[in-house]
Amino acid sequence: MEFFVISIIKAAVVAFALLTTLAYLQWVERKVIAHIQVRLGPSRVGPHGLLQPLADVIKLITKEDLIPPYVNKFVYLLAPFLAVTMSLISISVIPFGSEIQVFGHTTWMQLTDLNIGLLFILAVSSMGVYGIALAGWASNNKYALLGGLRSSAQMISYELPLSLAIAAPLLLVNTLSLREIVQKQAGSILNWNVLPQIVSFFVFVIAGFAETNRVPFDLPEAENELVAGFHTEYSSMKFAAFFMAEYGNMVTITCITAVLFLGGWQPLFPAAWGSNYVPVVLFAAVGALAIYHGLHPARRRDRLTLPVFGAVSLVLAVLFLLPPLQQALIPLFWFVAKVGSLLFVFIWVRGTLPRFRYDQLMGFAWKVLFPAALLNLLVTAFVVAWRS
Amino acid sequence: MDVILFLIFAIIAVVCAVNVVVQTHPISSAISLIGVMASLAVLYLLLGAEFIAMAQIIVYAGAVMVLFVFVIMLLNAGAESKRGRSLMAQLLGMPLLIAFLALASYFIQRLYPTGAIVHFGVFQGGSAQSVGMALFTTYLLPFEVTSVLILIGIVGAVVLARKELP
Repeated sequence: MEFFVISIIKAAVVAFALLTTLAYLQWVERKVIAHIQVRLGPSRVGPHGLLQPLADVIKLITKEDLIPPYVNKFVYLLAPFLAVTMSLISISVIPFGSEIQVFGHTTWMQLTDLNIGLLFILAVSSMGVYGIALAGWASNNKYALLGGLRSSAQMISYELPLSLAIAAPLLLVNTLSLREIVQKQAGSILNWNVLPQIVSFFVFVIAGFAETNRVPFDLPEAENELVAGFHTEYSSMKFAAFFMAEYGNMVTITCITAVLFLGGWQPLFPAAWGSNYVPVVLFAAVGALAIYHGLHPARRRDRLTLPVFGAVSLVLAVLFLLPPLQQALIPLFWFVAKVGSLLFVFIWVRGTLPRFRYDQLMGFAWKVLFPAALLNLLVTAFVVAWRS
Repeated sequence: MDVILFLIFAIIAVVCAVNVVVQTHPISSAISLIGVMASLAVLYLLLGAEFIAMAQIIVYAGAVMVLFVFVIMLLNAGAESKRGRSLMAQLLGMPLLIAFLALASYFIQRLYPTGAIVHFGVFQGGSAQSVGMALFTTYLLPFEVTSVLILIGIVGAVVLARKELP
């Protein structure tokens, strides 16, 4: 009984946090890209456009939900459902932190730890192709069909280097459970898989960009040739479902990268050298800076928003000092910091790189990434066999 | 609990399998086939073979069926039209089906009269490690022969797909 209650509470917390992250990830992306392009980005709804995601959700829900008469209705309705389910379900095996104690109950900051966790994620991500492919087909529209075809071909091609890139670090850690993978990388940055598996890391991240259909691999929705690609015919919440699925896939890929290569919730250097005080110093510095700029505002509205932001940061810094909260917050801080940095790289790349041509995309997967991943796997296997 | 789950997913598998045949549109049949693969994976999971279950989803539901759907989309195959069945099929179809099912169940009874019912959690040899050990020790020769066979298949596909040189 206790198990069920704890599981339900954990599932609710994770689902709420994930959906909020997805909504605000979109705000962060718009803001970051705007600043890369020397614009302001969303700034009308709330201070610095902070309520923009909420406004977007209301807009999307209240929009008219069109179903064109020429679509295959069952598949058309099934596709966004499949896409969003498969993108959100992977979060259930991601470990966010170590063991915590809440009101006398001991539990892990992870929904469930499968001993085939990584295979589960691969299986779910391979099922995610259907959402996009079927959406393109069911729309009964040339642009959508081309988008769906491109995306299935791309996802099938890039799944191979992705799986091979996962296999190499697995040889080092010798387990498929995500929790044990993180525990094997304990200590400092020297024990992370990213150092011996740097080739794998880059192959995985690049293939991850392609798997999530992000720039520079966003051929399925290349707007200047395909209108909007596979979701041309979708409106209202069904369009939002595809949008959510894309951001959900992004979060999943970055979480796996953090767990597999960057040591998950493990700190950068051991706690003996004071890694527990990194978040405190960081948040205190951010808070002090924000309050300083709030007192000497460059724009009039900064007089209010920056001190509030600074005060929140200072409160967070104090929270990280409290011993009962430390054991839960510090692993979470490191995990979120790693995932956040990777997400920023995703957005940064989108703001920087142009789109590939389609033949370049396929050639890159089969002629560069795949041999590189295969060679890396071979070398790793020889090294592991030689050492044991 | 495992019996209930087994019944649910066994029924889904059978319904989807029948649906593969009944549907006239190739895409609907393909989606039903994906349903069969996925519910079979759940059945494997219930039997304790978690590695096989995930391999089933990755290989069959993920890779093979994506190629099926891809080809159907590429060819843009339409729904097939129903033609009138021949007199022979109308008369003999159902009795022959029943006779076949009866024969099958009779032989299963004869071959495995004392088969014990498998329960959830009894079988422990389904982890990735034990499957790997079995593949690379007991079944090493069949494993290597299969991989050579697949390699021949790949080379054959490349040769067939290559454009004729002028």
